[in-house]
Amino acid sequence: MADPMRIRAQAAGGNATVRVLMAHEMETGQRKDAAGKVIPAWHISDVTATHNGKTVLTAEWGPAVAKNPFLQFTVKGAKAGDKIAVSWKDNKGDSRTDEATVS
Amino acid sequence: MMPTRRKTLQHGAIVAGLLATTGLFPQFAHAFNAKAFEAKNLADVLKALGAGAPVESKDVVITGPDIAENGAVVPLGASSTLPGVKQLLVLVEKNPSALIAMFNITDSIDSNILTRAKMGQSSDVYAVAVMNDGKVLFAKKEVKVTLGGCGG
Repeated sequence: MADPMRIRAQAAGGNATVRVLMAHEMETGQRKDAAGKVIPAWHISDVTATHNGKTVLTAEWGPAVAKNPFLQFTVKGAKAGDKIAVSWKDNKGDSRTDEATVS
Repeated sequence: MMPTRRKTLQHGAIVAGLLATTGLFPQFAHAFNAKAFEAKNLADVLKALGAGAPVESKDVVITGPDIAENGAVVPLGASSTLPGVKQLLVLVEKNPSALIAMFNITDSIDSNILTRAKMGQSSDVYAVAVMNDGKVLFAKKEVKVTLGGCGG
């Protein structure tokens, strides 16, 4: 199971800005190891964000998103106490979901 | 009694076979968009997504540094103030694959996304908005990457 994401959701002006830091190697598949063998691509491929259970954002990512990916988006009409959940799936079948409360 | 190694391996192979048929493994889940993530330039990315010809627009904004000291972590933002944005795409033209990320925008969020990308070299970067009505609008800017030594 991967390391937890850090999710910060702050309400301001009737919306909530959500900042997520995910823990993932995001290996491009371009690098070679010391023996000269290509290190296979290993990266988050799908991301989903929900607000109080309703999907508000989905995304598809390639390997060029930076290691330990950062993502920021703004949920309309979110207020303090609402729940924001972010999930990701990677190309090896691993996945992770973390939740935060809007403050 | 300990199962024999043969039994354990046979059981593992059967389970693996069963799992493969469940469709739970996402490497095949978006084969539809795999071509988009292999495409080498903006035109091929859009063709792979079935989107129309892109038009440069002041209503789409690509944010990013003029000079990125570290090509491994370049903050890039894509946004548009127009209503009716279906998707926002971030592309780095000179990367081995141009498409970095694709965001499906719902009515519940602003069409304004910020993330961080790897850039192999100085390149034009694009924010593309695919609209609900099929129009494709983009903005681009050059991001210089200094991979080592002092900036400038």
